[in-house]
Amino acid sequence: MRARVLIRPREEILDPEGQTIERDLQTLGFTWAENVRAGRMIELDVPDSPDPEVLSAVCETLLANSLTEDFEAIDEHGNVLASSLVRTSAENNGNH
Amino acid sequence: MAARFGVLRFPGSCDEVDAKLAAEHVGEAELLAHTETDLKGCDVIIVPGGFSYGDYLRAGAIASNSPIMRAVTEFAGRGGLVLGICNGFQVLCEAGLLPGALLSNVGLRFVCRQARVEVLSKHTPFTADLEIGAQLSIPIKHTTGRYYASEDTLGKMRESGQIVLRYVDDDPNGSADRIAGVCNEEGNVFGLMPHPEHAVSLLAGPSADGLRLFRSAAASLLEKAGV
Repeated sequence: MRARVLIRPREEILDPEGQTIERDLQTLGFTWAENVRAGRMIELDVPDSPDPEVLSAVCETLLANSLTEDFEAIDEHGNVLASSLVRTSAENNGNH
Repeated sequence: MAARFGVLRFPGSCDEVDAKLAAEHVGEAELLAHTETDLKGCDVIIVPGGFSYGDYLRAGAIASNSPIMRAVTEFAGRGGLVLGICNGFQVLCEAGLLPGALLSNVGLRFVCRQARVEVLSKHTPFTADLEIGAQLSIPIKHTTGRYYASEDTLGKMRESGQIVLRYVDDDPNGSADRIAGVCNEEGNVFGLMPHPEHAVSLLAGPSADGLRLFRSAAASLLEKAGV
């Protein structure tokens, strides 16, 4: 299956790229566009029903820098497969 | 006995030859390819500036996983001296050999100019021969030089003398505490954004202050060897 890994600067990290995009959007008249944050997206094939811990390890060891970035791996329907922010749907289901 | 410097070369490195020439002012030096798994008995490893692996993903991220970095990590763990310059500093942070991370400059500009930095600590052999408060004039040239570490980490680093160099006149990239260079807790691994290898001869620039860092490291090695 296909997964998307979304990588964002952590909340407390100053994001000059996001600020620059925001200023340009304001200049273009889209004045409602505020709090712009810029990150990265990486698509990759993963095994079906991937182990969240393995996906997290992929993100932590290479795709994201855990000191400065948060990551979230999602499937094609937007379901969270692994995340540094929230518990995964698999973990949540286990608690129901 | 002369100190032996090994200068790493990754695809996309561009300052490895200058680093080698700088090291040859104080000892012997050779280039080590990223594919090597052995440091050939070198006493000091220099991770040079440039754009290793095109700076893809994050500056230094791919290089930090290259075969030679496994050997460097093992060498550093045994107390071996490691110097990371600019992209090399980024590689050492990504490899977990130095605390913190380097982010895009505030303002997103490539900065390229002479900068004055002040020595804050003699905790690393690279500054052990300098005086606290000494000022060095060394060029900077980077886009990803904003040093970041959590407040907690910065507090610990201040206490243990790990904040080694600070920009004097302004903060060219938005670094926490105007930090220009840091070392690990043990002091044997040192990384800085300025380029000391570009400041070793008055024929090629306004200062030869960069040489003092190389000299200090070489002197500490000779002292250790009892020469």
